[in-house]
Amino acid sequence: MLNINCPYCGDRSQKEFAYGGDATVKRPELNKEVSDEKWNEFIYLRKSPRGKHIELWHHIAGCRQWFKVQRDTVTHEIFKTAKMNEEIK
Amino acid sequence: MQKYSIFSLIKNAFSNHEKWDLAWKDPSPKKEYDVVIIGGGGHGLATAYYLAKEHKITNVAIIEKGWIGGGNIGRNTTIIRSNFMYDDNARFNEFGMNLWRNMSQELNFNVMFSPRGIINLAHSDAQMNAYARRGNSMRLNGIDAVLLNREEIKKIIPMADFSEDVRYPIFGGLAQPSAGTARHDAVAWGYARQADSMGVDIIQNCEVTGFDVSGGKIQGVRTSRGDIKTKKIGLCVAGSTNVLAEKLNITLPIETHLLQACVSEPVKPVLDGVVTFGAGHFYISQSDKGEMVMGGDLDGYNSYAQKGNLPTIQHVLTGGIALFPFLSRLKMLRTWGGIMDMSMDGSPIIDKTHIDGLYLNCGWCYGGFKSVPSSGWTFAHTIAQDRVHELNEGFSLNRFAKGYLLDEKGLGTKTWIS
Repeated sequence: MLNINCPYCGDRSQKEFAYGGDATVKRPELNKEVSDEKWNEFIYLRKSPRGKHIELWHHIAGCRQWFKVQRDTVTHEIFKTAKMNEEIK
Repeated sequence: MQKYSIFSLIKNAFSNHEKWDLAWKDPSPKKEYDVVIIGGGGHGLATAYYLAKEHKITNVAIIEKGWIGGGNIGRNTTIIRSNFMYDDNARFNEFGMNLWRNMSQELNFNVMFSPRGIINLAHSDAQMNAYARRGNSMRLNGIDAVLLNREEIKKIIPMADFSEDVRYPIFGGLAQPSAGTARHDAVAWGYARQADSMGVDIIQNCEVTGFDVSGGKIQGVRTSRGDIKTKKIGLCVAGSTNVLAEKLNITLPIETHLLQACVSEPVKPVLDGVVTFGAGHFYISQSDKGEMVMGGDLDGYNSYAQKGNLPTIQHVLTGGIALFPFLSRLKMLRTWGGIMDMSMDGSPIIDKTHIDGLYLNCGWCYGGFKSVPSSGWTFAHTIAQDRVHELNEGFSLNRFAKGYLLDEKGLGTKTWIS
Protein backbone atom coordinates (compact mmCIF):
# COMPACT_ATOMS: atom_id res chain seq x y z
CA MET A 1 0.00 0.00 0.00
CA LEU A 2 1.35 3.42 -0.97
CA ASN A 3 0.83 6.36 1.35
CA ILE A 4 0.67 9.59 -0.61
CA ASN A 5 1.11 13.00 0.95
CA CYS A 6 -1.49 15.19 -0.78
CA PRO A 7 -0.17 18.78 -0.73
CA TYR A 8 -3.66 19.94 0.30
CA CYS A 9 -4.90 17.20 2.67
CA GLY A 10 -1.80 15.46 4.01
CA ASP A 11 -0.90 11.78 4.24
CA ARG A 12 -3.60 9.46 2.83
CA SER A 13 -3.88 5.89 1.58
CA GLN A 14 -3.34 5.05 -2.09
CA LYS A 15 -6.98 4.01 -2.35
CA GLU A 16 -8.10 7.67 -2.38
CA PHE A 17 -6.02 8.52 -5.45
CA ALA A 18 -6.04 7.97 -9.19
CA TYR A 19 -2.89 7.93 -11.29
CA GLY A 20 -2.35 10.44 -14.08
CA GLY A 21 0.93 9.48 -15.76
CA ASP A 22 4.20 11.25 -16.51
CA ALA A 23 4.13 14.87 -15.25
CA THR A 24 7.13 16.02 -17.28
CA VAL A 25 5.35 15.80 -20.64
CA LYS A 26 4.58 19.28 -21.96
CA ARG A 27 1.81 20.09 -24.42
CA PRO A 28 3.01 21.93 -27.54
CA GLU A 29 2.25 25.64 -27.34
CA LEU A 30 -1.36 26.65 -28.02
CA ASN A 31 -2.41 28.36 -31.26
CA LYS A 32 0.81 27.50 -33.05
CA GLU A 33 1.47 25.13 -35.93
CA VAL A 34 2.52 21.76 -34.42
CA SER A 35 4.48 19.22 -36.46
CA ASP A 36 3.40 15.55 -36.54
CA GLU A 37 6.67 14.73 -34.83
CA LYS A 38 5.92 17.05 -31.89
CA TRP A 39 2.39 15.65 -31.52
CA ASN A 40 3.79 12.12 -31.56
CA GLU A 41 6.26 13.03 -28.81
CA PHE A 42 3.59 14.69 -26.69
CA ILE A 43 0.89 12.06 -27.05
CA TYR A 44 2.76 8.75 -27.35
CA LEU A 45 6.45 8.83 -26.46
CA ARG A 46 7.38 8.24 -22.81
CA LYS A 47 10.76 7.77 -21.11
CA SER A 48 9.31 5.58 -18.33
CA PRO A 49 12.54 5.72 -16.29
CA ARG A 50 13.73 2.98 -13.96
CA GLY A 51 14.24 5.02 -10.79
CA LYS A 52 12.98 8.50 -9.96
CA HIS A 53 9.82 9.44 -11.84
CA ILE A 54 7.79 12.65 -11.60
CA GLU A 55 4.14 11.84 -12.14
CA LEU A 56 0.60 13.19 -11.76
CA TRP A 57 -1.86 11.93 -9.18
CA HIS A 58 -5.47 12.95 -8.64
CA HIS A 59 -6.94 13.00 -5.13
CA ILE A 60 -10.19 11.77 -6.59
CA ALA A 61 -11.80 10.52 -3.36
CA GLY A 62 -10.62 13.57 -1.42
CA CYS A 63 -10.05 17.18 -2.37
CA ARG A 64 -10.13 16.29 -6.12
CA GLN A 65 -6.95 18.28 -6.79
CA TRP A 66 -4.27 17.16 -9.26
CA PHE A 67 -0.67 17.33 -8.02
CA LYS A 68 2.84 16.04 -8.71
CA VAL A 69 4.60 13.15 -7.01
CA GLN A 70 8.25 12.16 -7.25
CA ARG A 71 8.43 8.39 -6.74
CA ASP A 72 10.95 5.60 -7.30
CA THR A 73 9.61 3.12 -9.86
CA VAL A 74 11.67 0.25 -8.41
CA THR A 75 11.18 0.65 -4.66
CA HIS A 76 7.93 2.70 -4.86
CA GLU A 77 9.42 5.12 -2.29
CA ILE A 78 7.83 8.58 -2.50
CA PHE A 79 10.33 11.41 -2.13
CA LYS A 80 8.29 14.56 -2.68
CA THR A 81 4.85 15.80 -3.57
CA ALA A 82 4.09 19.26 -4.94
CA LYS A 83 1.25 21.42 -6.21
CA MET A 84 0.83 21.70 -9.97
CA ASN A 85 2.46 25.14 -10.14
CA GLU A 86 5.47 24.05 -8.11
CA GLU A 87 8.60 22.48 -9.58
CA ILE A 88 10.13 19.23 -8.37
CA LYS A 89 13.88 19.35 -8.99
CA MET B 1 20.43 -34.14 -28.99
CA GLN B 2 18.70 -36.90 -27.11
CA LYS B 3 15.13 -37.38 -28.32
CA TYR B 4 12.51 -37.49 -25.58
CA SER B 5 10.22 -40.52 -25.97
CA ILE B 6 8.80 -43.42 -24.04
CA PHE B 7 11.83 -45.47 -25.15
CA SER B 8 14.41 -42.95 -23.91
CA LEU B 9 12.46 -42.76 -20.67
CA ILE B 10 12.62 -46.55 -20.21
CA LYS B 11 16.27 -46.66 -21.23
CA ASN B 12 17.22 -43.96 -18.72
CA ALA B 13 15.26 -45.68 -15.99
CA PHE B 14 17.97 -48.39 -15.97
CA SER B 15 20.58 -45.76 -15.05
CA ASN B 16 18.33 -44.17 -12.40
CA HIS B 17 17.80 -41.13 -14.67
CA GLU B 18 21.31 -39.95 -13.89
CA LYS B 19 22.59 -39.96 -17.47
CA TRP B 20 20.20 -37.59 -19.26
CA ASP B 21 21.92 -34.98 -21.43
CA LEU B 22 21.68 -31.38 -20.32
CA ALA B 23 18.70 -29.74 -22.05
CA TRP B 24 20.95 -26.86 -23.12
CA LYS B 25 24.62 -25.98 -22.67
CA ASP B 26 26.00 -23.10 -20.63
CA PRO B 27 28.52 -21.52 -23.03
CA SER B 28 30.66 -18.42 -22.54
CA PRO B 29 30.04 -15.68 -25.10
CA LYS B 30 32.08 -15.82 -28.30
CA LYS B 31 33.72 -12.68 -29.73
CA GLU B 32 31.27 -12.34 -32.61
CA TYR B 33 27.81 -13.54 -33.71
CA ASP B 34 25.67 -13.01 -36.81
CA VAL B 35 22.67 -12.14 -34.62
CA VAL B 36 22.44 -11.35 -30.91
CA ILE B 37 19.02 -11.68 -29.29
CA ILE B 38 18.74 -9.73 -26.05
CA GLY B 39 16.31 -11.34 -23.62
CA GLY B 40 16.01 -15.08 -22.96
CA GLY B 41 12.28 -15.15 -22.41
CA GLY B 42 9.65 -16.80 -24.54
CA HIS B 43 9.91 -14.30 -27.39
CA GLY B 44 13.72 -14.28 -27.47
CA LEU B 45 14.00 -18.07 -27.35
CA ALA B 46 11.32 -18.53 -30.02
CA THR B 47 13.03 -15.94 -32.25
CA ALA B 48 16.36 -17.74 -31.99
CA TYR B 49 14.69 -21.08 -32.69
CA TYR B 50 12.95 -19.83 -35.86
CA LEU B 51 16.13 -18.00 -37.00
CA ALA B 52 17.92 -21.35 -36.89
CA LYS B 53 15.07 -23.49 -38.20
CA GLU B 54 13.42 -21.30 -40.86
CA HIS B 55 16.35 -19.12 -41.93
CA LYS B 56 19.36 -21.39 -41.23
CA ILE B 57 21.07 -18.66 -39.20
CA THR B 58 22.68 -20.58 -36.36
CA ASN B 59 25.56 -18.31 -35.30
CA VAL B 60 23.19 -16.68 -32.81
CA ALA B 61 23.51 -15.76 -29.14
CA ILE B 62 20.70 -15.19 -26.67
CA ILE B 63 21.83 -12.90 -23.87
CA GLU B 64 19.82 -13.15 -20.68
CA LYS B 65 20.41 -11.05 -17.57
CA GLY B 66 18.85 -13.62 -15.25
CA TRP B 67 17.97 -17.19 -16.11
CA ILE B 68 15.89 -18.82 -18.84
CA GLY B 69 12.24 -18.81 -17.86
CA GLY B 70 12.63 -16.39 -14.94
CA GLY B 71 10.84 -13.43 -16.46
CA ASN B 72 7.33 -13.02 -17.81
CA ILE B 73 7.39 -16.43 -19.56
CA GLY B 74 7.30 -17.92 -16.04
CA ARG B 75 4.98 -15.30 -14.54
CA ASN B 76 1.95 -15.24 -16.85
CA THR B 77 -1.43 -16.93 -16.53
CA THR B 78 -0.77 -19.18 -19.59
CA ILE B 79 -3.79 -18.10 -21.65
CA ILE B 80 -3.66 -18.67 -25.40
CA ARG B 81 -6.30 -17.09 -27.65
CA SER B 82 -6.84 -15.22 -30.90
CA ASN B 83 -10.19 -13.55 -30.16
CA PHE B 84 -9.23 -10.16 -31.62
CA MET B 85 -11.36 -7.85 -33.71
CA TYR B 86 -8.76 -6.04 -35.79
CA ASP B 87 -7.34 -7.87 -38.79
CA ASP B 88 -3.68 -7.35 -37.87
CA ASN B 89 -4.11 -8.76 -34.37
CA ALA B 90 -6.48 -11.54 -35.44
CA ARG B 91 -4.38 -12.88 -38.34
CA PHE B 92 -1.16 -12.68 -36.37
CA ASN B 93 -2.52 -14.56 -33.38
CA GLU B 94 -4.48 -17.10 -35.44
CA PHE B 95 -1.21 -17.89 -37.24
CA GLY B 96 0.19 -18.45 -33.76
CA MET B 97 -2.69 -20.80 -32.83
CA ASN B 98 -1.57 -23.14 -35.60
CA LEU B 99 1.98 -23.11 -34.25
CA TRP B 100 0.64 -23.86 -30.75
CA ARG B 101 -1.28 -26.89 -32.00
CA ASN B 102 1.90 -28.57 -33.27
CA MET B 103 4.32 -27.22 -30.71
CA SER B 104 4.75 -30.31 -28.52
CA GLN B 105 5.58 -32.46 -31.58
CA GLU B 106 7.77 -29.83 -33.20
CA LEU B 107 9.81 -29.12 -30.06
CA ASN B 108 9.78 -32.75 -28.84
CA PHE B 109 8.74 -31.30 -25.50
CA ASN B 110 5.30 -31.62 -23.95
CA VAL B 111 4.05 -28.04 -23.58
CA MET B 112 0.66 -29.38 -22.46
CA PHE B 113 -1.28 -27.18 -24.88
CA SER B 114 -4.88 -27.65 -23.87
CA PRO B 115 -7.51 -26.04 -26.13
CA ARG B 116 -10.15 -25.80 -23.43
CA GLY B 117 -11.82 -22.63 -24.70
CA ILE B 118 -12.27 -19.10 -23.45
CA ILE B 119 -15.51 -17.25 -22.63
CA ASN B 120 -15.71 -13.47 -22.35
CA LEU B 121 -18.83 -12.75 -20.31
CA ALA B 122 -21.24 -9.92 -21.18
CA HIS B 123 -23.33 -8.11 -18.59
CA SER B 124 -25.49 -5.78 -20.70
CA ASP B 125 -27.24 -5.69 -24.07
CA ALA B 126 -24.66 -3.22 -25.35
CA GLN B 127 -21.87 -5.60 -24.41
CA MET B 128 -23.63 -8.48 -26.19
CA ASN B 129 -23.85 -6.31 -29.32
CA ALA B 130 -20.15 -5.46 -29.08
CA TYR B 131 -19.30 -9.16 -28.70
CA ALA B 132 -21.51 -10.09 -31.65
CA ARG B 133 -19.56 -7.58 -33.72
CA ARG B 134 -16.20 -8.89 -32.51
CA GLY B 135 -17.34 -12.48 -33.09
CA ASN B 136 -18.33 -11.65 -36.67
CA SER B 137 -14.95 -10.01 -37.28
CA MET B 138 -13.21 -13.07 -35.89
CA ARG B 139 -15.19 -15.42 -38.14
CA LEU B 140 -14.31 -13.31 -41.17
CA ASN B 141 -10.70 -14.04 -40.30
CA GLY B 142 -11.37 -17.76 -39.98
CA ILE B 143 -11.35 -17.84 -36.17
CA ASP B 144 -14.00 -19.84 -34.33
CA ALA B 145 -16.31 -17.54 -32.39
CA VAL B 146 -19.59 -18.52 -30.77
CA LEU B 147 -22.05 -16.10 -29.20
CA LEU B 148 -23.66 -17.76 -26.19
CA ASN B 149 -26.82 -16.71 -24.35
CA ARG B 150 -27.37 -16.83 -20.59
CA GLU B 151 -28.76 -20.37 -20.58
CA GLU B 152 -25.88 -21.72 -22.66
CA ILE B 153 -23.36 -20.04 -20.36
CA LYS B 154 -25.12 -21.54 -17.36
CA LYS B 155 -24.54 -25.04 -18.73
CA ILE B 156 -20.80 -24.39 -19.05
CA ILE B 157 -20.12 -22.54 -15.78
CA PRO B 158 -23.01 -23.44 -13.44
CA MET B 159 -20.98 -22.34 -10.39
CA ALA B 160 -21.07 -18.67 -11.46
CA ASP B 161 -23.59 -16.37 -9.78
CA PHE B 162 -26.72 -16.52 -11.98
CA SER B 163 -29.10 -14.92 -9.48
CA GLU B 164 -31.32 -12.11 -10.78
CA ASP B 165 -30.51 -9.48 -8.19
CA VAL B 166 -26.74 -9.19 -8.65
CA ARG B 167 -25.18 -5.89 -9.70
CA TYR B 168 -23.86 -7.32 -12.99
CA PRO B 169 -26.09 -10.20 -14.15
CA ILE B 170 -24.71 -12.49 -16.85
CA PHE B 171 -26.41 -11.74 -20.19
CA GLY B 172 -24.29 -14.11 -22.27
CA GLY B 173 -20.82 -14.20 -23.68
CA LEU B 174 -18.46 -14.70 -26.58
CA ALA B 175 -16.59 -17.99 -26.71
CA GLN B 176 -13.55 -19.07 -28.68
CA PRO B 177 -13.60 -22.86 -28.24
CA SER B 178 -10.13 -23.34 -29.78
CA ALA B 179 -8.43 -21.06 -27.22
CA GLY B 180 -6.74 -22.61 -24.24
CA THR B 181 -3.75 -22.83 -21.94
CA ALA B 182 -0.28 -24.35 -21.98
CA ARG B 183 2.47 -25.04 -19.49
CA HIS B 184 4.50 -21.84 -19.72
CA ASP B 185 7.83 -23.14 -18.37
CA ALA B 186 7.78 -26.00 -20.85
CA VAL B 187 7.41 -23.50 -23.71
CA ALA B 188 10.61 -21.72 -22.63
CA TRP B 189 12.49 -24.96 -22.06
CA GLY B 190 11.29 -26.56 -25.30
CA TYR B 191 12.38 -23.61 -27.44
CA ALA B 192 15.67 -23.28 -25.51
CA ARG B 193 16.51 -26.97 -25.95
CA GLN B 194 15.81 -27.00 -29.69
CA ALA B 195 17.57 -23.68 -30.34
CA ASP B 196 20.61 -24.92 -28.41
CA SER B 197 20.68 -28.18 -30.39
CA MET B 198 20.86 -26.20 -33.64
CA GLY B 199 23.87 -24.23 -32.43
CA VAL B 200 22.39 -21.19 -30.69
CA ASP B 201 24.38 -20.05 -27.64
CA ILE B 202 22.15 -19.40 -24.62
CA ILE B 203 24.16 -17.13 -22.35
CA GLN B 204 22.61 -16.62 -18.94
CA ASN B 205 23.64 -14.23 -16.13
CA CYS B 206 24.83 -11.78 -18.77
CA GLU B 207 23.57 -8.21 -18.48
CA VAL B 208 23.67 -5.73 -21.36
CA THR B 209 25.57 -2.62 -20.25
CA GLY B 210 25.64 -0.72 -23.53
CA PHE B 211 25.58 -0.75 -27.31
CA ASP B 212 28.24 -0.08 -29.91
CA VAL B 213 26.60 2.02 -32.61
CA SER B 214 28.54 3.95 -35.25
CA GLY B 215 27.52 5.44 -38.56
CA GLY B 216 23.89 4.69 -37.74
CA LYS B 217 24.68 0.95 -37.67
CA ILE B 218 24.84 -1.63 -34.91
CA GLN B 219 28.45 -2.79 -34.42
CA GLY B 220 28.12 -4.75 -31.21
CA VAL B 221 26.82 -5.00 -27.69
CA ARG B 222 28.64 -4.49 -24.40
CA THR B 223 27.78 -6.93 -21.64
CA SER B 224 28.83 -7.81 -18.11
CA ARG B 225 30.65 -10.80 -19.66
CA GLY B 226 32.57 -8.84 -22.29
CA ASP B 227 31.97 -7.08 -25.58
CA ILE B 228 30.31 -9.00 -28.42
CA LYS B 229 30.55 -7.96 -32.06
CA THR B 230 27.45 -8.30 -34.19
CA LYS B 231 25.68 -6.55 -37.06
CA LYS B 232 22.17 -7.46 -35.93
CA ILE B 233 20.51 -7.16 -32.54
CA GLY B 234 16.97 -8.26 -31.72
CA LEU B 235 15.53 -6.67 -28.59
CA CYS B 236 13.04 -8.97 -26.77
CA VAL B 237 13.18 -7.59 -23.26
CA ALA B 238 9.51 -6.85 -22.44
CA GLY B 239 9.47 -4.80 -19.22
CA SER B 240 13.10 -3.71 -19.64
CA THR B 241 12.53 -2.22 -23.10
CA ASN B 242 12.51 1.38 -21.84
CA VAL B 243 15.75 0.83 -19.90
CA LEU B 244 17.64 -0.48 -22.94
CA ALA B 245 16.02 2.09 -25.26
CA GLU B 246 17.47 4.80 -23.03
CA LYS B 247 20.96 3.34 -23.58
CA LEU B 248 20.27 3.67 -27.33
CA ASN B 249 18.89 7.23 -26.98
CA ILE B 250 15.50 6.09 -28.28
CA THR B 251 12.18 7.12 -26.73
CA LEU B 252 9.37 4.66 -27.36
CA PRO B 253 5.55 4.74 -27.16
CA ILE B 254 5.80 2.39 -24.18
CA GLU B 255 5.44 2.64 -20.44
CA THR B 256 6.51 -0.02 -17.97
CA HIS B 257 3.86 -1.21 -15.55
CA LEU B 258 3.37 -3.85 -12.92
CA LEU B 259 0.86 -6.69 -13.22
CA GLN B 260 0.03 -9.21 -10.55
CA ALA B 261 -1.51 -12.65 -10.69
CA CYS B 262 -2.37 -15.21 -8.05
CA VAL B 263 -3.33 -18.85 -7.56
CA SER B 264 -5.50 -20.46 -4.93
CA GLU B 265 -4.98 -23.74 -3.15
CA PRO B 266 -5.76 -26.71 -5.45
CA VAL B 267 -9.36 -27.92 -5.52
CA LYS B 268 -11.26 -30.60 -7.45
CA PRO B 269 -12.18 -29.81 -11.09
CA VAL B 270 -14.70 -26.97 -11.16
CA LEU B 271 -13.86 -24.92 -14.25
CA ASP B 272 -12.75 -26.45 -17.55
CA GLY B 273 -11.95 -23.34 -19.58
CA VAL B 274 -10.87 -19.73 -19.24
CA VAL B 275 -13.53 -17.22 -18.16
CA THR B 276 -13.28 -13.43 -18.12
CA PHE B 277 -15.59 -11.15 -16.15
CA GLY B 278 -17.07 -8.48 -18.39
CA ALA B 279 -17.94 -5.90 -15.74
CA GLY B 280 -14.52 -5.63 -14.17
CA HIS B 281 -11.06 -6.79 -15.06
CA PHE B 282 -10.81 -10.37 -13.86
CA TYR B 283 -9.95 -13.63 -15.57
CA ILE B 284 -9.75 -17.15 -14.24
CA SER B 285 -8.86 -20.67 -15.25
CA GLN B 286 -8.09 -23.87 -13.36
CA SER B 287 -4.66 -25.42 -13.70
CA ASP B 288 -4.18 -29.14 -14.24
CA LYS B 289 -3.07 -29.31 -10.60
CA GLY B 290 -6.41 -27.83 -9.51
CA GLU B 291 -5.30 -24.33 -8.53
CA MET B 292 -7.56 -21.46 -9.59
CA VAL B 293 -5.28 -19.16 -11.64
CA MET B 294 -6.47 -15.55 -11.52
CA GLY B 295 -5.44 -12.13 -12.71
CA GLY B 296 -6.80 -8.71 -13.57
CA ASP B 297 -5.78 -5.06 -13.46
CA LEU B 298 -2.35 -3.53 -13.51
CA ASP B 299 -1.24 -1.97 -10.23
CA GLY B 300 -1.81 1.30 -12.04
CA TYR B 301 1.39 3.32 -11.85
CA ASN B 302 4.76 3.12 -13.64
CA SER B 303 6.81 0.43 -11.96
CA TYR B 304 9.82 -1.84 -12.39
CA ALA B 305 9.20 -3.74 -9.14
CA GLN B 306 8.45 -7.38 -9.90
CA LYS B 307 6.15 -7.49 -6.91
CA GLY B 308 2.85 -5.80 -6.26
CA ASN B 309 0.66 -4.22 -3.65
CA LEU B 310 -2.33 -5.75 -1.86
CA PRO B 311 -5.00 -3.15 -2.80
CA THR B 312 -4.87 -4.36 -6.41
CA ILE B 313 -5.21 -8.01 -5.42
CA GLN B 314 -8.19 -7.08 -3.25
CA HIS B 315 -9.76 -5.06 -6.09
CA VAL B 316 -9.30 -7.85 -8.65
CA LEU B 317 -10.64 -10.55 -6.34
CA THR B 318 -13.66 -8.42 -5.46
CA GLY B 319 -14.65 -8.78 -9.11
CA GLY B 320 -13.78 -12.46 -8.96
CA ILE B 321 -16.02 -13.13 -5.98
CA ALA B 322 -18.88 -11.18 -7.60
CA LEU B 323 -18.69 -13.65 -10.49
CA PHE B 324 -17.77 -16.85 -8.63
CA PRO B 325 -18.88 -16.54 -4.97
CA PHE B 326 -17.20 -19.87 -4.07
CA LEU B 327 -13.81 -18.19 -4.45
CA SER B 328 -14.32 -16.36 -1.15
CA ARG B 329 -13.77 -19.62 0.73
CA LEU B 330 -10.50 -20.53 -1.02
CA LYS B 331 -7.09 -19.77 0.45
CA MET B 332 -4.56 -18.01 -1.75
CA LEU B 333 -1.49 -20.12 -2.37
CA ARG B 334 0.70 -17.34 -3.76
CA THR B 335 0.71 -14.02 -5.60
CA TRP B 336 3.44 -12.64 -7.81
CA GLY B 337 4.13 -9.78 -10.18
CA GLY B 338 5.86 -9.07 -13.46
CA ILE B 339 6.69 -5.91 -15.38
CA MET B 340 4.86 -5.20 -18.61
CA ASP B 341 5.85 -3.19 -21.67
CA MET B 342 2.54 -1.36 -22.10
CA SER B 343 2.23 0.17 -25.56
CA MET B 344 0.13 3.26 -26.17
CA ASP B 345 -2.55 1.41 -28.15
CA GLY B 346 -2.42 -1.98 -26.45
CA SER B 347 -0.90 -3.74 -29.47
CA PRO B 348 2.69 -4.88 -29.93
CA ILE B 349 5.58 -3.50 -31.98
CA ILE B 350 7.67 -5.84 -34.16
CA ASP B 351 9.71 -3.69 -36.50
CA LYS B 352 13.03 -2.37 -37.73
CA THR B 353 14.32 0.90 -36.28
CA HIS B 354 16.17 3.92 -37.63
CA ILE B 355 19.40 2.26 -36.44
CA ASP B 356 20.57 -0.21 -39.06
CA GLY B 357 20.66 -3.70 -37.55
CA LEU B 358 18.53 -2.92 -34.51
CA TYR B 359 15.21 -4.79 -34.44
CA LEU B 360 12.48 -4.16 -31.92
CA ASN B 361 10.03 -6.64 -30.39
CA CYS B 362 8.06 -5.05 -27.57
CA GLY B 363 4.75 -3.57 -26.44
CA TRP B 364 3.20 -6.90 -25.51
CA CYS B 365 1.21 -5.32 -22.69
CA TYR B 366 0.08 -8.32 -20.70
CA GLY B 367 -0.74 -10.55 -23.67
CA GLY B 368 2.71 -11.72 -24.65
CA PHE B 369 2.46 -15.39 -23.74
CA LYS B 370 -0.05 -16.41 -26.42
CA SER B 371 2.06 -14.65 -29.05
CA VAL B 372 5.35 -16.41 -28.23
CA PRO B 373 5.37 -18.61 -31.39
CA SER B 374 3.91 -16.03 -33.80
CA SER B 375 6.15 -13.27 -32.44
CA GLY B 376 9.26 -15.47 -32.65
CA TRP B 377 8.36 -16.58 -36.17
CA THR B 378 7.70 -13.09 -37.56
CA PHE B 379 10.57 -11.45 -35.65
CA ALA B 380 13.00 -14.08 -36.98
CA HIS B 381 11.75 -13.26 -40.49
CA THR B 382 12.14 -9.52 -39.87
CA ILE B 383 15.73 -9.97 -38.64
CA ALA B 384 16.82 -12.54 -41.25
CA GLN B 385 15.30 -10.76 -44.28
CA ASP B 386 15.75 -7.22 -42.93
CA ARG B 387 12.09 -6.52 -43.74
CA VAL B 388 8.82 -7.10 -41.94
CA HIS B 389 6.57 -10.03 -42.84
CA GLU B 390 2.98 -9.27 -43.91
CA LEU B 391 1.82 -10.76 -40.60
CA ASN B 392 3.61 -8.09 -38.57
CA GLU B 393 3.50 -5.09 -40.90
CA GLY B 394 0.62 -3.67 -38.84
CA PHE B 395 2.83 -3.73 -35.74
CA SER B 396 5.05 -0.93 -37.00
CA LEU B 397 6.81 1.54 -34.76
CA ASN B 398 5.70 4.54 -36.79
CA ARG B 399 1.98 3.69 -36.68
CA PHE B 400 1.60 6.06 -33.73
CA ALA B 401 3.03 9.07 -35.55
CA LYS B 402 1.02 8.14 -38.67
CA GLY B 403 -2.26 7.53 -36.86
CA TYR B 404 -2.73 3.85 -37.77
CA LEU B 405 -3.36 2.72 -34.21
CA LEU B 406 -4.46 -0.82 -33.30
CA ASP B 407 -6.46 0.20 -30.25
CA GLU B 408 -8.35 -3.06 -29.75
CA LYS B 409 -10.00 -1.92 -26.50
CA GLY B 410 -10.49 1.72 -27.48
CA LEU B 411 -8.78 2.93 -24.32
CA GLY B 412 -6.44 5.53 -25.77
CA THR B 413 -3.05 6.29 -24.35
CA LYS B 414 -3.67 5.75 -20.64
CA THR B 415 -1.67 2.55 -20.44
CA TRP B 416 -2.31 2.16 -16.72
CA ILE B 417 -6.08 1.68 -17.11
CA SER B 418 -5.88 -1.03 -19.75
